[in-house]
Amino acid sequence: MRKVKAVRDTGILFGRLMRHILRSPDTVITTVLMPLAFMLLFVYVFGGAIDTGTGNYVNYTLPGVLLIAIASGVSYTAFRLFTDVRGGMFSRFYAMPVTRSSVLWAHVLTSLAANAVTIAVLILIALLMGFRSDAGVFSWLAAAGILLLFTLALTWLAVIPGLTAKSVDGASAFSYPLVFLPFISSAFVPTATMPAAVRVFAENQPVTSIVNALRALLDSAPVGNEIGIALAWCAGIAAAAYAFAQRAYRRVG
Amino acid sequence: MNDVAISVKGLRKSFKDVEVLKGVDFEVKQGEIFALLGANGAGKTTIIKILSTLLRADGGIAGVCGFDVSRQSAKVRESISLTGQFAAVDGVLTGRENLRLIARLRGIAAPKLTADRLLERFGLTEAADRRADTYSGGMTRRLDIAMSLVGTPPVIFLDEPTTGLDPKARLEVWETVKTLADSGQAILLTTQYLEEAEQLADRIAILHGGKIIAIGTLDELKRLFPPAREEYIIKQPTLEDIFLAITGEKEAEQCVR
Repeated sequence: MRKVKAVRDTGILFGRLMRHILRSPDTVITTVLMPLAFMLLFVYVFGGAIDTGTGNYVNYTLPGVLLIAIASGVSYTAFRLFTDVRGGMFSRFYAMPVTRSSVLWAHVLTSLAANAVTIAVLILIALLMGFRSDAGVFSWLAAAGILLLFTLALTWLAVIPGLTAKSVDGASAFSYPLVFLPFISSAFVPTATMPAAVRVFAENQPVTSIVNALRALLDSAPVGNEIGIALAWCAGIAAAAYAFAQRAYRRVG
Repeated sequence: MNDVAISVKGLRKSFKDVEVLKGVDFEVKQGEIFALLGANGAGKTTIIKILSTLLRADGGIAGVCGFDVSRQSAKVRESISLTGQFAAVDGVLTGRENLRLIARLRGIAAPKLTADRLLERFGLTEAADRRADTYSGGMTRRLDIAMSLVGTPPVIFLDEPTTGLDPKARLEVWETVKTLADSGQAILLTTQYLEEAEQLADRIAILHGGKIIAIGTLDELKRLFPPAREEYIIKQPTLEDIFLAITGEKEAEQCVR
């Protein structure tokens, strides 16, 4: 009975937040536009000069572009949470017979849905730009799973500043380093040409293993143990961020 | 259940080293409008937060409709509605959508009908399909209060309902609160304005230094003060009187003291 109520409450609040997204088309456009600009820049400006050792540079950049899209997309989750906490909507819901965890989960699910749409749009544009994949259904499902888990991890990370920030800027500032992370990874150039110190960082940060795993899956190449490392990173970040987010959530009243 | 809607006994709360509530006692009966009057920082909002299950007390007993706020918080949340110090409406949604959202969360069978009725009652029918962030201060507050009435909870908390509103909007809210009195719901209202408590409340409690220092009807409280002397004074209109006279929103009001 309580579980049914929790699902119902989450559904109602999810519908409310999706309405927010549909009514602010600027956020939809911005989340697509910024990663798209990077993709255009890398494919049509820098791409010709970058030797990746593979034929199709659109295929090469797409995973990194998708991660940038997710990293900037979750900052809107932080923003929406911040607005709800500061605007008193959270207190209003808490003082009502509404399942408490539903209030937060609605935001998390909204983030997953919104980012899924952004990713789908970017993949369609990439197809127009020459992205080709002969990956089978299972590889696509595996790639979708990794992207979903990565979105979930960054969403829980976004929840922390969303609940605790003192200003709007503070709520979304956390995403800048995340957006920057793919640039110091294998997302756009092979790591082999980087100086040793940068290379060590690039090869051991989460984006590289996630990008490599996605790239291998979409190119039907052997994924090796990259996929395991990628999943471990995503799960680890998600679990740690979830723990801190829940702690922050208990303090909001 | 007897006719006591809210009962508070020996309520204590400290924030770090500051003791805000030092043993607060009062009772609110069903169908009564009860005003908690106190200066800024006196602890009015703290009491409201404890009663609406948002904050835990350090000591004492607080009950709403016979349910203990800390042990039976779910039951309490079904019996109350909170209108916080700042209007909590969803600006992106329309007035109608805001009301329907609350109705659906409260599990009301006909959310659409409930929303329509409240919109009409609060004079928001015309603005119903406009986004709430286009509303004036008074309209926002009216929508805010309307949202609190969804599902007619027996106890309503209004935390400083007119703070930050212009005089016209304040009168709008006063009219709204006065109509609530007929519905039989208990209303606990906090305010820092003596005039507001006078206008709206059946009984008034004055919160000062962490305790209730006086409680009673307006007449009872007046008796605590020295008998009135008759004086003739020429009362200059306040800027508020002038504003209201010019905008023609308020009939002349005479105070003889």
